[in-house]
Amino acid sequence: MSERLVEVEVLRYNPETDSEPHFQRYSVSCEEEWVVLDALNHVKETIDPTLSYRWSCHMAVCGSCGMMINGEPKLACKAFLRNYEGVIRVEPLAHFPIERDLVTVIDDFVSKLARVKPYLIPKEDKPLSAGEYRQTPAQLKKYKQYTLCINCMLCYSACPEYGLIPKYIGPAALSLAHRYNADSRDGGREERAQEVAATEGVWDCSFVGACSEVCPEHVDPASAIQQEKIANMVDWYKEHLMPGGAK
Amino acid sequence: MSRKPYVREMPRFAWVFRHPRYLRYMTRELSCLFIGAYTLLLVAGIGRLAEGPAAYEAFLEALKSPLSIAFHVLALGFAIYHSITWFNLTPKALPVQIGEEFAPDWVITGAHHVIWVLLSLGILSLAGAF
Amino acid sequence: MAKSNKPLVWGPFAAGGTITAFVTPVLIVLTLLAALGYVPEMLGYENLRGVLAHWFAKLSVSVIIFLSLWSVAHRLRITCYDLGVRADALVAAALYLAAVLGSVAAVVYLARI
Repeated sequence: MSERLVEVEVLRYNPETDSEPHFQRYSVSCEEEWVVLDALNHVKETIDPTLSYRWSCHMAVCGSCGMMINGEPKLACKAFLRNYEGVIRVEPLAHFPIERDLVTVIDDFVSKLARVKPYLIPKEDKPLSAGEYRQTPAQLKKYKQYTLCINCMLCYSACPEYGLIPKYIGPAALSLAHRYNADSRDGGREERAQEVAATEGVWDCSFVGACSEVCPEHVDPASAIQQEKIANMVDWYKEHLMPGGAK
Repeated sequence: MSRKPYVREMPRFAWVFRHPRYLRYMTRELSCLFIGAYTLLLVAGIGRLAEGPAAYEAFLEALKSPLSIAFHVLALGFAIYHSITWFNLTPKALPVQIGEEFAPDWVITGAHHVIWVLLSLGILSLAGAF
Repeated sequence: MAKSNKPLVWGPFAAGGTITAFVTPVLIVLTLLAALGYVPEMLGYENLRGVLAHWFAKLSVSVIIFLSLWSVAHRLRITCYDLGVRADALVAAALYLAAVLGSVAAVVYLARI
């Protein structure tokens, strides 16, 4: 295995002593097949134990290690060092407040996620004895890709509208709302519309499309949001223009 | 341990230069300036047409100025960029499920491009451009 | 949270974006040809008045112009916000009004043909 000396520049912020963040550079002797997360772990174990960052699974499943790597939102466990030249600049996910070093404050996303009710709200409650809620493969396919979201928040860091309009519910939460709206077993679309069809819901999206470009799981939040815009537009015109449509 | 989260301010407009994808987005959005100006030019043309032959001839003559030609060329570039980006995004807004599978994006985008080209050729031919 | 009335302005934006994608480039080519001295047959005074004399042509042209201007106004509204002009209500009112005025002008002109 070949080794390579990699320069990593990390944005540091200590809330107890710093008034603002600053970059700190580390020279790390790395293995060829390492990812950025390996380099950070190596720094923490051998150079600087004070470096703080989140990670857990090291296999793009847990969604904890999202960070800006050379200005692009990435999972540090999926960012191979061999794809980078020169100094690698690592910063906390954009658009989120910094708690410490690479750790961000994610309360905003978590509360928005809860607001869109990302769980099945059955059309009709049936007793256990009535059996399963059945679904055809075609009905499953309508929402399956959206179930792959790992809540890593890379899409929020890529979305300029979220940066500009902090109230915007944002890509992942809206695409998870769509995941349930598009589920044939679900009857909660009207309930979710209180958030999804609000101005801070789909209507603050300007279809930049960055969310879908950076998603590590190849979910397409931009598609989910446009589909929700069209469905909610149809609802709106029905409610306001059709005779007897007003609620 | 005390909490003191640090908020990084979003630059007012310089965020556009943070990544090429934002510049592409802005180019797409600013295409509307040219499409808008061109549509107003059409409205003005219809106005001159309503005024009579002399006014309309003057309008056609004014089109021949170098400034007008430069505007047309720029507007054409931006208008085509708008068409291409619009059709490329159409499958995201209107995915088509046939049986179990969704039609691939390129089929929906491709169909729009084909219709666009045929429609344009049809209009050119109807207008006697060739 | 209340449901938004944005669909009212977004619907014509989406329709106008689609229309301009299909027809604006070829219209520009037509007047570009005229600008270069090769006036296409249909753009001749008598021919164009003949075409626009029909009520259906008047209606189609009015609809195309309204949707085009509206989609431009809506897009520009969002771009203004993106680029740091945050007086959204004012910007929106001015741009949508301009789109409507442009369309009204087109309808008035067409009525005189």
